Amino acid sequence: MLGKLTWQAIPWHEPPAMAASAFIILGILGILILITRKGWWGYLWNEWLTSVDHKRIGVMYVLLALVLLVRGFSDAIMMRTQLAMAAGNAPGYLPPEHYDQIFTAHGTIMIFFMAMPFVIGLMNFVVPLQLGVRDVAFPVLNSVSFWLTAAGALLVNVSLVVGEFARTGWLAYPPLSELAFSPGVGVDYYLWALQISGLGTLLAGINMVTTILKLRAPGMTYMRMPVFVWTALCSSMMIVAAFPILTATFGMLLLDRYAGMHFFTTDGGGNFMMYVNLIWAWGHPEVYILALPGFGIFSEVIATFSGKQLFGYRSMVLATLAICVLSNMVWLHHFFTMGAGADVNAVFGIMSMIIAIPTGVKLFNWLFTMFRGRIRFEVPVLWTIGFMVTFVLGGLTGVLLAVPPADFQLHNSLFLVAHFHNVIIGAVLFGLMAGYYYWFPKAFGFTLHRGLGVVSFWCWFIGFYLAFFPLYAVGLLGATRRMQHYADLSWQPYMIVAEVGAVVIMCGIIATILQLVISIRTRESRRDLTGDPWEGRTLEWATASPPPAYNFARLPTVESLDAFWVMKQRHTGNTSNVYPAIEMPRNSANGFLTAFFAVVIGFSLVWHIWWLVVLGLAGAAVILVSFGWRERVPVEVSGEQLAADEAAWRGAGVPG
Amino acid sequence: MRKAPGNLAVWRGAMLLAAAGWAGLCHAEGVLDPQGPIAAAERTLLLNATAIMLVVVIPVMVLTVAFAWWYRASNTRATYAPDWSHSGRIEFVVWSIPAMVVILLAAVAWGSAHLLDPARALSSDQKPVRIEVVSLDWKWLFIYPDLGIATLNQITVPEGTPIEFMLTSTNVMNAFWVPQLGSMIYTMPGMTTHLNLLATNAGDFAGFSSNFSGDGFSDMRFTVHSLPAAGFHSWLEVARGEAALDGEAYSRLAQSGTDVSLRTYGQVTPGLFDRIERDSIGLSAQTMGH
Repeated sequence: MLGKLTWQAIPWHEPPAMAASAFIILGILGILILITRKGWWGYLWNEWLTSVDHKRIGVMYVLLALVLLVRGFSDAIMMRTQLAMAAGNAPGYLPPEHYDQIFTAHGTIMIFFMAMPFVIGLMNFVVPLQLGVRDVAFPVLNSVSFWLTAAGALLVNVSLVVGEFARTGWLAYPPLSELAFSPGVGVDYYLWALQISGLGTLLAGINMVTTILKLRAPGMTYMRMPVFVWTALCSSMMIVAAFPILTATFGMLLLDRYAGMHFFTTDGGGNFMMYVNLIWAWGHPEVYILALPGFGIFSEVIATFSGKQLFGYRSMVLATLAICVLSNMVWLHHFFTMGAGADVNAVFGIMSMIIAIPTGVKLFNWLFTMFRGRIRFEVPVLWTIGFMVTFVLGGLTGVLLAVPPADFQLHNSLFLVAHFHNVIIGAVLFGLMAGYYYWFPKAFGFTLHRGLGVVSFWCWFIGFYLAFFPLYAVGLLGATRRMQHYADLSWQPYMIVAEVGAVVIMCGIIATILQLVISIRTRESRRDLTGDPWEGRTLEWATASPPPAYNFARLPTVESLDAFWVMKQRHTGNTSNVYPAIEMPRNSANGFLTAFFAVVIGFSLVWHIWWLVVLGLAGAAVILVSFGWRERVPVEVSGEQLAADEAAWRGAGVPG
Repeated sequence: MRKAPGNLAVWRGAMLLAAAGWAGLCHAEGVLDPQGPIAAAERTLLLNATAIMLVVVIPVMVLTVAFAWWYRASNTRATYAPDWSHSGRIEFVVWSIPAMVVILLAAVAWGSAHLLDPARALSSDQKPVRIEVVSLDWKWLFIYPDLGIATLNQITVPEGTPIEFMLTSTNVMNAFWVPQLGSMIYTMPGMTTHLNLLATNAGDFAGFSSNFSGDGFSDMRFTVHSLPAAGFHSWLEVARGEAALDGEAYSRLAQSGTDVSLRTYGQVTPGLFDRIERDSIGLSAQTMGH
């Protein structure tokens, strides 16, 4: 009846897992009770869960990312504590079977359920506003994408309570991830969670590409698009190119595990090297899918707060496109140590280095944007400067690893771990944090607490160096990634410093949470009534904060780069107060319901509960069919309504 | 961006920490303390490539901080050019600098990838010692096919003599890595990878598996003992007196489980390595005992 699911699946005898489970379950129960008692269900359902507004969906993506940042970070600090303890003969406090799940979960969550939703959330929120349009190309699909991502995130966290998570590392290399060596449900949780969220990501990518190519305000030619939009376009094109590879690769591994096939097994003619090849053909573009929007955020931030146009816009666009193309041609550098010939290794090594050229150009362009600027040290600028200083070091070690014989000595060591955290924290996370602070007032109409933002930055910045520079060193001494204990006592001081760094980063995360809570409580005194708190340059600042559901009462006409800045200079923009009525898409429960059935299908597939799989598929089919037959009646916003809204916020914010 | 007395203490602390870390690095075993020509060449490569890049990286870091400081909004002496956003000359330079660095490094990468190809035999007047490496769950078996002996979790080699490794795995992937000798390489079931190393002098060097292979992964350590020629021969004499690695002993080894014991086998069934490589395609699941 319940497939492989029995009471044994609950980790009764593992106090840490039970404590974490209890914490999660009580937390969720607490939130549900709070919502019920406050009578928020209607509001939540109508305004958020079924919303197809790109801004609301963007906010939900970012919220999901922040929650999972906390989850992923708790995994990280558990690992650091284990390694600070487990030197010499000391076993530490986490046995391998737990430790292995924790590092797998950490990588999986941080990439797929922290960085990706954060990036996609910001793109979702910002891109239509920067393009001067009212929504993305496919609003309902957008909601489906978000909810599928959330469904994947939920499944990963369910594995904490029911069953186990994969013990294979975040990319689940076979043969280890094959049934013969990982017979438990951990790998199945991993695979189904990522299949579901991967589908959501692919749909989000398609949506974003279509939006940018087909929906732009009048006059918004390609060479007038803000750099963040360019990076979102390139990132989304890479999603469209790369995620099908991931889905197909996981599909084959699933067939191996569920249908006894032999794509990647050691027997029956399988070839697991093909998995490694394919997973990195997705995995390397993925790095840039995350990094490019980060670069876009820094470009926006540095121009805005330097009070200056971005230096070398055309170079920036060219560099972004170059990275987009080149990043698909370098994946083999992730397995130089597999024994391919010198020619193959050398070619991929050099290709990898070539990416450093456009990336270097970007750095110089940010530098020359600051040159002769008038820099205001708001929190996003701190993140940007912190990024520039940190990222060049990550780039240095990256190019080092691209030299094949250097990689022979550094691959899979903690040096490698330090390198990719250097670039992913230094570029992606710093960028996302800068974007979060920068666009927060646009999303909610009030600014975040500055002091705590500064504290958060310094904790992350210092904590990063403390946590990861010792890992560079200990990697050179021979420490490998994923080890659960080590014999050499001389490594321990490095591990302890790294642990201290993790604690400092934790302070940064706490500061971020406090910042949010305090800012909400004091929001009345930090209202942004102008819609333009930072002296912005791009169109998202041309409307109210928070923007109305339709973004712009009348679509702006774009005449140049930095359209809003130029409008302010020339005092052009909205003058007439007659507005044609507009139509906005109606809310849809499709996304939420699709995700509900996706969770049911995923869970029952993990546990081999076949009847429930059929039921879940049937439910999903009904949703799809009913969506096809839905009534297409948009919500109309009348001209009078638009005029009234517009007068209200302009009257409140801009004197005269 | 303000100068506070606390800053100095923080900087001093950071410098001290970095200095301590660096001192530890220079005196400890590892990649930066090579004991053979491959590791030595790789260390030189690491240091050279780092130096080449630092020529650009350090100025960029300094300029970032300097520009941020000088062009702060409160500095009334700094020029403000809000509409200045293009300069052909600067653009030319900013594309050229990374391009030139990459051209230089690309030449280094091409040359070194060929020179330090793991499969490339080392030139020496000594006859190489051939060692067949088998990674098992979770232990290392080393077979000396020409000497007819085998060892578990330890390798003994004569100093100054090329070592030719042929590597495979019984079931999942591992990677064979002796940082002080250089170049790691994957061990994979059903196939053989090749690695050539040499220990210049006598000494004991730590070896690791550097590719995660399951719960017992952390204990997949081994030691390379490099001995002078005479010492190696007397070791060999003693080794030949040890028990044989027959079918039964091997199937005990092949059982899944951590085994950190150090063993030597005086005899080994000829062709064992080839059979392991062949058998791991198909028999792996059964012999695993999971």
